[in-house]
Amino acid sequence: MNQHVTAEAGDPVAVDPAVSQDVVRLIGLKRRFGATAALDGVSLTVRKGEILGIIGRSGAGKSTLIRCLNGLERPDSGEVFIEGREIGRLSERDLQPLRRRIGMVFQHFNLLSAKTVEENVALPLKIEGRPRAERLARAAELLQLVGLSEKAKAYPASLSGGQKQRVGIARALAARPALLLSDEATSALDPETTRSILALLKDINSRLGLTILLITHEMEVIRSIADRVAVIDAGRIVEEGTVWQVFANPQSEITRSLLGGIRPQLPPEIAGRLVPGVGAETILRIDVAGEAAHSAFLSDLAVAVPGQFRLVHGGVDHVQGQPVGTLFLALAGAEAAHLARVTTFLKDRHARVEVLGHVAGPV
Amino acid sequence: MSPVLFELLLRSIWETVLMTGASGLISLVFGLPLGLALVATDRGGIAESLWVNRSLGAIVNGFRSVPFIILLVALIPVTRLIVGTSIGTWAAIVPLSIAATPYYARIAEVSLREVDHGLIEAARAMGGNRWTIIREVLVPEALPGIVAGFTVTLVTLIGASAMAGAIGAGGLGDLAIRYGYQRFETSVMVAVVVVLIVLVCGIQWIGDRLVARLDHRG
Repeated sequence: MNQHVTAEAGDPVAVDPAVSQDVVRLIGLKRRFGATAALDGVSLTVRKGEILGIIGRSGAGKSTLIRCLNGLERPDSGEVFIEGREIGRLSERDLQPLRRRIGMVFQHFNLLSAKTVEENVALPLKIEGRPRAERLARAAELLQLVGLSEKAKAYPASLSGGQKQRVGIARALAARPALLLSDEATSALDPETTRSILALLKDINSRLGLTILLITHEMEVIRSIADRVAVIDAGRIVEEGTVWQVFANPQSEITRSLLGGIRPQLPPEIAGRLVPGVGAETILRIDVAGEAAHSAFLSDLAVAVPGQFRLVHGGVDHVQGQPVGTLFLALAGAEAAHLARVTTFLKDRHARVEVLGHVAGPV
Repeated sequence: MSPVLFELLLRSIWETVLMTGASGLISLVFGLPLGLALVATDRGGIAESLWVNRSLGAIVNGFRSVPFIILLVALIPVTRLIVGTSIGTWAAIVPLSIAATPYYARIAEVSLREVDHGLIEAARAMGGNRWTIIREVLVPEALPGIVAGFTVTLVTLIGASAMAGAIGAGGLGDLAIRYGYQRFETSVMVAVVVVLIVLVCGIQWIGDRLVARLDHRG
């Protein structure tokens, strides 16, 4: 997907696609709960060192999917490879050592209230059977990493939501996992805390080279830290790609709708006045991304195709360091030949153009 | 109160404390694992086995539905088998324990069931086995409730031990009936009631303090 954007812009997070680089490989995963298919044939790869975000609405199958990766949920059919090893048919006992290779962070933190912060962080090591001194040393190290050293002896009940999630992250890292699963880790947090938790995850990813798979229903989370995104709907992956490319050129309706909240939309005042036939002005939607957005295409347009236009709405975002812009222009007149020249010019500049309709007068 | 009666009172207090303490301890030792088994074998539990769950539940309910005074008499052969006699303080500990164990198991079960399922899932995700989940999650997280429930069980046992006078077990209830009621020794009756109140309040106070110290749920 998104090939025609990829062609010119290159891939900023290109990773060697060799099989040995895949931390997770899912093939045709299916799981039903009664009459509903939570997973309806999911195939997906998570590459070493990347942050893959899986986004979908509630009930899309995200939670079932992430739980299949550490065997908390068993697929009805399909294969789950973790570091090249098929785990779908392992017994509960055989899964236990494997789960120690996979850290998990939860939406509601799931910290043990009867244990102190450091005991919580050290618990995965206790399960591994490490000596107490080593556990506490590792806990101290991790609490420093997440910036909570002074809370080591405190109980989770005395912490704020953001602090609890930091403890949750420290705990997930305790056993030096090869993969970190994040199950809506920021969904119970306020926007500011969300930003700091996401920054922490990104920092861990780049500093430790840890592979992260996160699920979320918020595009903002994907935009902040993910390298690649997979959109899941009704148990199927409907779209997958590099984050900025998906942002620039979403293919599926569900992706467009999930992007709706954070990408420019035609204001309802204008959208409500659009008519298909003729009008004083023509409303265009222009999407540009990557290299195309770096050029002075608007002033070039004004020179190449004389005629008036004005900017009604829009903006240029930066996603993964790449410009991703959506602009809404109101073109004077509705003459077909003129419109065709504008469209052709913009398309030559690798922008996507869509004629949304016409309005009677200035809005 | 005469010195003889006072000495009787002291002995009765000791007998009640002994009966309550011993049967309380036994009900803790057997009731807590039974409560754990009831939670673990239930649907969605860590060792789901509905067949075992139903059977255990039926046994627990069976014992709990028999009035204690009947259990006391009905268990005489069992008591004789275990203690060697069916009369006296030690003999009373057998039926008291057998009555209190399913009672406490149900109380512990309620506390254990309240442990957030997310915590169990977190322990599983860390690679913990069932024993880890019991030791690190279920019991510590439910501990305030387990202790509060044990307090309730002890107080209930003090009441039940009064009936054990029926098999010559002695204790405060026995003293109150034989001296306070049948021989019109009002001072004995009053003393017994006061001692019982102090005992119950003391146990409750200690239990509450302990729960407050153990509870970090905020």
